[in-house]
Amino acid sequence: MSEASRIRVQIQGDIADIRVLMQHPMETGQRRDEGGKAVAVHFIQTFAVRLNGQPLIDGQLNTSVSKNPLFAFKARNVKVGDKLSVHWTDNTGAQRQDEITVA
Amino acid sequence: MNELRRHLLRGGASAGLLLPLLASGLLAPGRVFAADAWKREAFAARSSADALKHLNIAGSTETRDIVISAPEIAENGAKVEVDILSNLANTRSLLLLADKNPMPLCAEISFSGNALPYARIQLKLAETTRVRAIARGADGRTHVAFREIKVTLGGCGG
Repeated sequence: MSEASRIRVQIQGDIADIRVLMQHPMETGQRRDEGGKAVAVHFIQTFAVRLNGQPLIDGQLNTSVSKNPLFAFKARNVKVGDKLSVHWTDNTGAQRQDEITVA
Repeated sequence: MNELRRHLLRGGASAGLLLPLLASGLLAPGRVFAADAWKREAFAARSSADALKHLNIAGSTETRDIVISAPEIAENGAKVEVDILSNLANTRSLLLLADKNPMPLCAEISFSGNALPYARIQLKLAETTRVRAIARGADGRTHVAFREIKVTLGGCGG
């Protein structure tokens, strides 16, 4: 199964820096393994970052996003105690949701 | 997805409950319900021009108000960090394309609520390429900025 997304929020003054690391192979489908066999395409297609259940960021990705990609976003009015969740869906239909409380 | 939303709004849930929420803006269409479906045709397009056609984007104005920060030379094309910031008011979404990648459209990031129109994304770049960031405004107008990234070791094999 997939591993948890790592979510970090750092509030600096008015603005929160949000960093999200999604653990995913992000296979392009063009690579071959050691045995020369083609590795199937496997990548995150959509993700959503929500703050207290409300949409903040919605993303759509292609195979050209790096393996285990790290993203950074910024938002205003993020407070200690807020819930920040990250949900993704990949091309195989696998999904994952993780949530943190802003500390 | 729009069909589903209409169905939900018209028949699936009580109009009496939803209408005041819609009127107050708390339940903006397209926000509370699931995000748009993955834009397969645009992402599978083999050129930036084709990708933009599938996204209904034509004639973006070039601007200095979109700032792309990226290394001038990327030694490893498997992980190239690209920072995009739009200083244009009302930016609703940012698109990132790498012209020389086999499938140029890399990502579309949409902003709601208190999100700022900024994103940092890590890309695989096949070869030295021009990247472009397009900001789409609330009025549907688009602006574009370009930046060249030299790649010494391509990232599509790994």
